[in-house]
Amino acid sequence: MLRTQFEEDLLNLHNQFYEMGMLVSKAIHNSVQAYVKHDRRLAEEVIAQDEMINQLEVRLEKKSFEMIALQQPVTTDLRRIITVMKASSDLERMGDHAVSIAKSTIRVKGENRIPEIEKEMKDMSDYVKKMVDNVLIAYVKTDKDDAKLIAKMDDQVNEWYSNIYYQTIEAMKNDSELIVMGTEYINIAQYLERIGDYVTNICEWIVYLATGKISELNSNRDEFF
Amino acid sequence: MSEIILSSRDLHLYYGKKEALKGIDLEINKGEITAMIGPSGCGKSTYLRSLNRMNDLIPGVTITGSVMYKGRDIYSPKTDIVELRKEIGMVFQQPNPFPFSIYENVIYGLKLKGETNKQVLDQVVEESLKAASVWEDVKDKLHQSALSLSGGQQQRVCIARVLAVDPKIILLDEPTSALDPVSSGKIENTLLELREKYTMIIVTHNMSQASRISDKTAFFLNGDLIEFEDTKKIFLDPKKKETEDYISGRFG
Repeated sequence: MLRTQFEEDLLNLHNQFYEMGMLVSKAIHNSVQAYVKHDRRLAEEVIAQDEMINQLEVRLEKKSFEMIALQQPVTTDLRRIITVMKASSDLERMGDHAVSIAKSTIRVKGENRIPEIEKEMKDMSDYVKKMVDNVLIAYVKTDKDDAKLIAKMDDQVNEWYSNIYYQTIEAMKNDSELIVMGTEYINIAQYLERIGDYVTNICEWIVYLATGKISELNSNRDEFF
Repeated sequence: MSEIILSSRDLHLYYGKKEALKGIDLEINKGEITAMIGPSGCGKSTYLRSLNRMNDLIPGVTITGSVMYKGRDIYSPKTDIVELRKEIGMVFQQPNPFPFSIYENVIYGLKLKGETNKQVLDQVVEESLKAASVWEDVKDKLHQSALSLSGGQQQRVCIARVLAVDPKIILLDEPTSALDPVSSGKIENTLLELREKYTMIIVTHNMSQASRISDKTAFFLNGDLIEFEDTKKIFLDPKKKETEDYISGRFG
């Protein structure tokens, strides 16, 4: 039962991590929805819900410290706990970026919009949400091959960011009325791009969990500029 | 929510002129596992033995202060020591089954009390061996010598022997020090299962054992109680530097 108690704690940790992931995925989705639909109330909800995400991270950390101090886990058990600790920190940052997107929504009201770019942003955010949902499944299955594939998806996200960036700059050059909105587009696209990077981090931790090796899956070196 | 079941107040113990316990104040909660850790010679085993007056058996021992159980000082001359040791039983480091059958070992205490009804004895034997997680191992050989069992099994029979007389508190003096890791693990599981129904106080050299199974931990050093806290707090964030040093292996 000693082993069983530990295993139960480990399972709880695992489930709570998944729960946190689901909340973050929802926050990202809602924050972009709020932006596209000009829904200030939804944006405020995203900001309020972030408190819950932060609390979950603290709970996961505390439980992880406790399990390490009291049970002295080794090998796979230790990797599992470390993965939860590190990946929950990445999830929490992703949640913060969702809040930043929500704040953008609240900041811009009654400004001129560029529908073509907003369509790109919606597509980019749907893609990022897919990455987030997939990485949670890969975590649950400890599927390192899926994790590597998901990390590759980040290339597409970076391309989207690049497109939105240049398109927006062009639009702003041609019409200075679009500058306020354009700046927010670039901000939001950047937050989404960062979320993609954090998902890649989580993929690296899944690979670590499966193999015991810490590796870099998508180097930033040849990116973009 | 926790009820105090046993406590000591300003307990001093001298082996002749040497002071081994320097005024220990400690309260044990009912249904919990309390671990006592500390380097060799710190007084933890001496303290444990004081809780059911096993030190009475050592010549030259002087004790001052009190140990309260059920509202009375166990050191009062009116205490029925046999009854005390039935309610506060002890398991030792070396498994010490009597050289009789397993069955005879477990019913020993009951027989001393005068119980002769075979059905009662059979039932107690089965319940105690089950509670000690060793029934499956021995149910088909209850009349074989207890000495024929492995070390881990012998130790569990000793636990069953203590359980058979229906104690409230079980004192364990390094119960797994003489056993291999697998047997130790089984005993730890057993103790976890006995929690709540019994109160347990366990002296251990093995700090991981203390961290794994105990609710509260008491750290002894040179006859003093340095720190007594929730096990989580002791192992994550101890208050005293001596505690931190000992737990992280910085000395002794």
